Amino acid sequence: MNLVLETKNINKHFLKPKDFHVLKDISFSVKKGEFASIMGKSGSGKSTLLYILSTMDTEYTGSLYLNNELITGKNHQELSRIRNKYVGFVFQFHYLLSEFSVLENVMLPAKKLAEKSHQEIEFLAMEKLKMLDIDKLALQRASRISGGEKQRVAIARALINNPIILMGDEPTGNLDSRNADNVFNIFKQLKEEQGLSLLIVTHDEDFAKKTDRIIQMEDGRIVS
Amino acid sequence: MTNWPVILNIAKTHLLTKFKSTLTAALGVTFGIASYITLVSFMTGLNTMLDDLILNQTPHVHLYNEIKPTAKQPVALYDDVQQSFQFIHSVKPKQNQKKIHNALPILNYLKEDKNVKGATPQARAQIFYISGSNELGGNLIGVDIMEEVKLSNISDYIVNGKPEDLKNSDSGILLGAGLAEKMSLKIGDRVQVSTVKGDLFPLKIVGIYQSGIADIDNSQSFVNLKTVQRILGETQNYITDINIKLNVIENAPVYSKKLSSLFSITATSVNEANAQFETGTNIRNLITYAVSITLLIVAGFGIYNILNMLIYEKMKDIAILKATGFSGKDVQLIFMSQAMIIGIVGGLLGLVLGFIFSVLIDHASFKTEALPTIDTYPVSFSISYYVIGIVFALISTFIAGYLPSNKARKIDPVKIIRGT
Repeated sequence: MNLVLETKNINKHFLKPKDFHVLKDISFSVKKGEFASIMGKSGSGKSTLLYILSTMDTEYTGSLYLNNELITGKNHQELSRIRNKYVGFVFQFHYLLSEFSVLENVMLPAKKLAEKSHQEIEFLAMEKLKMLDIDKLALQRASRISGGEKQRVAIARALINNPIILMGDEPTGNLDSRNADNVFNIFKQLKEEQGLSLLIVTHDEDFAKKTDRIIQMEDGRIVS
Repeated sequence: MTNWPVILNIAKTHLLTKFKSTLTAALGVTFGIASYITLVSFMTGLNTMLDDLILNQTPHVHLYNEIKPTAKQPVALYDDVQQSFQFIHSVKPKQNQKKIHNALPILNYLKEDKNVKGATPQARAQIFYISGSNELGGNLIGVDIMEEVKLSNISDYIVNGKPEDLKNSDSGILLGAGLAEKMSLKIGDRVQVSTVKGDLFPLKIVGIYQSGIADIDNSQSFVNLKTVQRILGETQNYITDINIKLNVIENAPVYSKKLSSLFSITATSVNEANAQFETGTNIRNLITYAVSITLLIVAGFGIYNILNMLIYEKMKDIAILKATGFSGKDVQLIFMSQAMIIGIVGGLLGLVLGFIFSVLIDHASFKTEALPTIDTYPVSFSISYYVIGIVFALISTFIAGYLPSNKARKIDPVKIIRGT
């Protein structure tokens, strides 16, 4: 079985302002090359789950496997490296480093990984930008481009280290329908052409319907 | 594993895009360090000058016969009264000659001693300077002038004339500047001196001596050793004082004790004679350092504030960096390196600025009657102040950078990204 991501009995409590059981016995998996979306009402815990899966949130019980390797319990330094190498992340608000150019934003995670030379990284970054049709913006400051463009830059940045899974927290939530379609098509293309696994949290029913599988959440449980 | 090029690149971008804040922080350090360097150089220069003013005129060890009562009074020699109370009224100092007994053999002994850089004989005499019907009391010091020139910087204080002139003139005198002014005398004039016994001697002024200490300049003059001996009608072995310069000044107290017991003579070391100067020096140094450290702490707070603000502004960037795989340590290093760059650049600029200020002060005109050898403000240029300055700049920026950067390390990216 080719699982990219697997969780077993993940539970999480918010302790403040009072004890709240936000995730209850979450067990599910994402196969290689699968395009899955997580849907659910506000407060159903879908974002919370995503941040646990992204390794940024470590305060939970249960176990998380990435690429069949147990991630739970590793220290922050190791988690940073895993996140750097294996996980791409796209946020609702595009979150680029505004003082850097588009190209530098895309290159940064690869420079941190430091497995390739500067020239190779630059070449790869340009390739990603070309694929997303924003290569002409490469030398623009990240603060000077439009919202839809920013989101595509963020996707390019998430892809620079060729992650095994791309996660998104409402990546289209802040975009108009034309740009949202655009982003969906990019995801679809990535899945089909590169066999990338995707796990996207979304509110947008149209978006979710087009994915391979919808994971429906309610009150901290997966219902379907 | 730390990826320095990436971290420094991010730090550099942050610093350059916030150039004004960077400049403010760096200038804080610069002015702190510059004022430290300037203050400490100037203060130390002044200290050294003031100490030299006194110390150069004070021998390391001074040998002379002191007039004082005998420590063991004759009554102590009577066994009969030892069990009784003893009252002695009207104790008088022991009758003693002013001249040092066996002065010439002592001088020879000192000249052989390896600890001694040089020893000069002096003969002092109380005299009156006669100016018309006025008599001015004063001292005449007979010296071996060429020896004095070698061992002390007396030649610095001869404002008119040359020491050689005194050596070559049998009845020459280096007149104190205050005396010369009072009696309106100049080089080439003659002055009459009278001994306590009333004998009159004419002396020719070959130079004017100005020590910068008014009391001395108003009463003291130098003549050749032989001249004093002749005026007083004494023989060649009439020597009242021996001034000794040691190779190592720190040995003075021990050496003076040794001489005192060896020749049964009074020996004072420079430390006893000028204890108060050391205290003054220490207190001035203390003030200098207190002021400088205050300035640097203020600069440190400036850096702390600016970095703190920067980190608040960059919250989202920090979250992004962490989400894309930078560890907390990497983020901390980014902000630490910003602080250290500010510290290094500001500190080095401070050293340069401090040096420039010091040079300016060193060239500022400072003329005073009291200090004939000084034309400009004294400034001490010592590499150690510059080393201390840069080390302090680095330490204070390190501390000022550590606290905010540690906060950046602990920021939870999830909280920022979710906007809660």
